[in-house]
Amino acid sequence: MKSIRPYVVLGLLTFFLFILELVTGSTALSVREVWAALVDPSATDPGVAAVVREVRMPQAITALLAGMGLAVGGLFMQTIFRNPLAGPSVMGVSSGASLGVAVVMLAHPLWASLPIPPDAALMGAAMGGALAVLSLVMFADRRVGDGVTLLIVGLLISYLCSALVSVLQSTSSAQALQGFVFWGMGSFGGVSSDRLLWLAIPVATTMVVAVFSPKTLNALLLGDDHATTLGVDTRRSRRRLLWITGIVAGAVTACCGPIAFIGMVTPHLARGMLRTNDHAKLIPATVLCGGALALLCDLIARSGFMGGSLPLNAVTSLLGAPMVGWVLFSGKRWAGSA
Amino acid sequence: MKPLLAIEDLVVGHPGVVLLKDVSFTLKAGEVAAIVGVNGSGKSTLLRTVLGLYPPLAGSITIMDEDLAALSVKARSRSIGAVLTGRPRIGAIDVRTVVALGRHPWTGHMGRLSAVDHERVENAMTSTGTQDLANRTFDSLSDGEAQKVQLARAVAQDTPLLVLDEPTAHLDVVNRVVLVTLLREIARSLQRGVLLSTHDLTTAMDLCDRILVIHDRALWSGTPAEAITSGILSRAFAADGSHFDPNTSTLRGTTH
Repeated sequence: MKSIRPYVVLGLLTFFLFILELVTGSTALSVREVWAALVDPSATDPGVAAVVREVRMPQAITALLAGMGLAVGGLFMQTIFRNPLAGPSVMGVSSGASLGVAVVMLAHPLWASLPIPPDAALMGAAMGGALAVLSLVMFADRRVGDGVTLLIVGLLISYLCSALVSVLQSTSSAQALQGFVFWGMGSFGGVSSDRLLWLAIPVATTMVVAVFSPKTLNALLLGDDHATTLGVDTRRSRRRLLWITGIVAGAVTACCGPIAFIGMVTPHLARGMLRTNDHAKLIPATVLCGGALALLCDLIARSGFMGGSLPLNAVTSLLGAPMVGWVLFSGKRWAGSA
Repeated sequence: MKPLLAIEDLVVGHPGVVLLKDVSFTLKAGEVAAIVGVNGSGKSTLLRTVLGLYPPLAGSITIMDEDLAALSVKARSRSIGAVLTGRPRIGAIDVRTVVALGRHPWTGHMGRLSAVDHERVENAMTSTGTQDLANRTFDSLSDGEAQKVQLARAVAQDTPLLVLDEPTAHLDVVNRVVLVTLLREIARSLQRGVLLSTHDLTTAMDLCDRILVIHDRALWSGTPAEAITSGILSRAFAADGSHFDPNTSTLRGTTH
């Protein structure tokens, strides 16, 4: 019988971190105060109600959604490219999205006359950038078919995107530049409650796709040819999964900045916990782990130890890089490839 | 009896490069046919063409009276199961789940297994002698065990035809004979057709019903006994420093 214990543990952990995200901060609140602010704001202190409803709740939800989306995107990429080191931030996907964002934020005069709402422009540009990079990586994958070369291709694309971003930075106004640099440090706090849907819709779509994907992903583990003999249209399946990865990575990057490591590390945490590479079991665990890890990183970033709040990307990298080392050196590898 | 697989005037290769022409042979249910030939002669390309992974350059492939080219990927997966070369690195997945991947063509979007699917998976493990491995993970298996599990997956697919590309590669002498004997038993008892390629001429001659010899960009087809009397093996495997010994069905070194 399938054991549900790991999922219960992960679910409770995620829930606990979510609550912690709501009660901690510049002013500590009790769970009761948070609850009151959520169910009956008119009866609570307006300041507390505003902090809970307009600041902490959107930030907690953003962290949860971003973590879930990135983690599933990372898992899709690892299986599709048969590479345990694949992930949105590693293979240039976040860089592509950043370039899109840079075009919108820094080259503002170029498109300001067009009748596009700024939010939509940011989202569209980030998704476009992410998808463009994924298409390039997919094209390269068909040519080189070797994991290490593919990682180098991703790295090259990252450098190229950074260079183009630098060019844009050098020509932009100081104010636009400041905004872009701040965005680049990553934050789950930049999505207001009325814009949460921009993030929630792509992430929810990804979750729906993820629910229906274990069968295909498990077949792809056998290699494209075997998967084809099992009746899987491999080209279409890969394209569909990479499309959704580009969309979710683009949406998260547009909303939260280029978040490092979460997409790549989370699937390994899930594999390590369940000791399996079976996607039917892995996907729910990856979703929960991703949400929990993003919340944990945000809590550390906001905790104020080291004197003030830390940039989110510093925290995800400080936690993520050693975990990648663990993946590479532990020898306990539950992922198949590489 | 009607043939399971009928191949007529097939030309295989890649666009602009003909590897094999005039390929014609048939395979009946219960038969095991082995394709032999030197490296680079086109064994894998022929098998991949039969699987529909490469389009044929000319000619026709008919499976159970249906034209392969007209079948969808899904329909093909219900007619032909395959184990290709190379051990897939699928990580920590238990053997029963790997074998159950063979049920893919028959399950719905979620891949949920019905009672019938479960039964087929267990039967496939029993007929391939892999039931003792059921709870091990695939990456913990030896090469011989992994090959048998892959075979179990293809058997669970419940297809009339099984195609295996060099199933005996990387196996020791004992396991090679064990595996081909197993294939023979599966072909006989489950009335499947088995088409395999191999470098192991001796085992092929001993245990297979038909030998398909690739020589000079053409395919010769017949029984093992006919292969010896026709002299095709001597021609196909003649090389400087090696010759085919028809008395023992083995290749021997030629000393000058």
